Amino acid sequence: MQIAAYFASLDPINLFKSLPGGVAQGVVWGVMALGVYITFRLLDIADLTVDGSFTTGGAVTAMLILGGCPAWAAILAAILAGMLAGVCTGLLHTRLGIPAILAGILTQFALYSINLHIMGMAANKSVNPDKFPVFISSRHVPAAILTGVLIAAVIVAALYWYFGTEQGSALRATGSNPAMSRALGINIDSMKVLGLGLSNALVALAGGLMTQYQGFADINMGRGSIVIGLAAVIIGEVVCGAVFRKGSNFAVRLSFIIVGGILYYMVMTAILWLKLNSNDLKLFTAVIVAVFLAVPYLQAQSKSSFKLAGKRGRAAEKEDGAHA
Amino acid sequence: MLDINHISKTFNPGTINEKKALQGLNLHLSEGDFVTVIGGNGAGKSTMLNAVAGVWPVDEGNILIDGADVTGLPEFRRAPYIGRVFQDPMMGTAPNMQIEENLALAYRRGKKRGLRWGVTKKEREFYYERLQILGLGLEDRMTAKVGLLSGGQRQALTLLMAALQKPKLLLLDEHTAALDPATAAKVLELSDRIVQENGLTALMITHNMTDAIRHGNRIVMMNEGRIILDISGEEKKKLTKADLLQKFAEVAGVQEETDAVLLS
Repeated sequence: MQIAAYFASLDPINLFKSLPGGVAQGVVWGVMALGVYITFRLLDIADLTVDGSFTTGGAVTAMLILGGCPAWAAILAAILAGMLAGVCTGLLHTRLGIPAILAGILTQFALYSINLHIMGMAANKSVNPDKFPVFISSRHVPAAILTGVLIAAVIVAALYWYFGTEQGSALRATGSNPAMSRALGINIDSMKVLGLGLSNALVALAGGLMTQYQGFADINMGRGSIVIGLAAVIIGEVVCGAVFRKGSNFAVRLSFIIVGGILYYMVMTAILWLKLNSNDLKLFTAVIVAVFLAVPYLQAQSKSSFKLAGKRGRAAEKEDGAHA
Repeated sequence: MLDINHISKTFNPGTINEKKALQGLNLHLSEGDFVTVIGGNGAGKSTMLNAVAGVWPVDEGNILIDGADVTGLPEFRRAPYIGRVFQDPMMGTAPNMQIEENLALAYRRGKKRGLRWGVTKKEREFYYERLQILGLGLEDRMTAKVGLLSGGQRQALTLLMAALQKPKLLLLDEHTAALDPATAAKVLELSDRIVQENGLTALMITHNMTDAIRHGNRIVMMNEGRIILDISGEEKKKLTKADLLQKFAEVAGVQEETDAVLLS
């Protein structure tokens, strides 16, 4: 009876209504994930600065808009603030020899205090879209999706161009083979600082967009964003690999990271629609990321593993025995 | 072209693992010299090459390339002068990048990398021609990821990359040691060709005495961080493996029975 009542209480129309909101959020997190992609995939650094710099982007955007700044200028300032945070992590790593993952954690930790200072020691700042000019808001979801997709498209195009240039190639080479890069005259320390700055600039941009979209900045809005970013990157890669089996162009791969963000948030929306406790969302996210991270590994295992080899070996032995 | 003046390097100084890898080493190469370097394990061959490449700073002495003092320059700042092929075939190329992208990276060795396009159309034609020299069919796979190539193919590509932008000095660090004999012979032949065609000055480390005698115009033998033998010109042409072993015993003294075995 209870189960029947539970299913009766689920209204498909509600899911249909809430999905577009999920898509809009997904696009914003997709932009954030592009930042994660730069460090995680291209530079081969797991950068944990992002949990702090996402909030920094949101905080800077909120305070500047509240102070009467145009929304675009506030976003621009957020981008610069995020870049600064990334550069800080980069310098801790390259100039002071702190392992990259620890450097990111240190910056992120420090950013908590800095973000509070930015928000005037308040844990929460509301930016009412009725009173202040914002260009992306949950009040107008279709327009928000359109704006989000446009912004994402511009960023994907810019990244595609940049990573095709001499400097962008040098940055990719640094992540792919640092010893070779040095031998070819690439200053790999500079490249790492640059990459971390670029990555966190995008993350802070996403934080700024999220603040506008949800109408407030919160000191905890960035918590766990590295996991969401990774989820979007990995979901995007797996889906892209499934769609384009023969491999795909770099711009397509970047675009699929945005798709990854959207898919992730659609799943989250569906989970909330199922009336599961929203406090369990982080658990679900971790499970989703673990599953998608495991897919390529398990696929390889299904083709070749010691277990399979053993099985084949035993089968062959049996056959030999039968022949003898 | 290369002047190594009295350089020394000690690893882990003051510890139980202290190793005096280079001890007041001197070596001078004229333009066009192709020097093969031999010596037992731990003689300091790779250490000398790394000192020249600038992998770490030396403790004493200085290094000049074409008259320019590079002693104080880190590795990436010496790149304009030096082309390098490593012992490990995986070290010299970026596996996640395409063949043409790797070539383009090497083509800009030591140059400023700006916001111009990473690989131009004109370059592609040039790379196509250069790749044909290898005879491996790589010219038809220019957009393939280098990680898909075999060790021998990657080493041949690294060699091509090292000379793409003519270096003042080519460093070959046992670059055929990880390859099978047939591939090793091919890569060595290619090395000879590239050195000769471009008139390069080169230093090549090898553990193979026959290769050391056959290639280059000059041979040096190292022991305990110093050069103990330096033969060039006519004398080198007449050199045999037996001569080398004997000279090694003469110069280095008694305890070399074991080293002679190592070298053979």
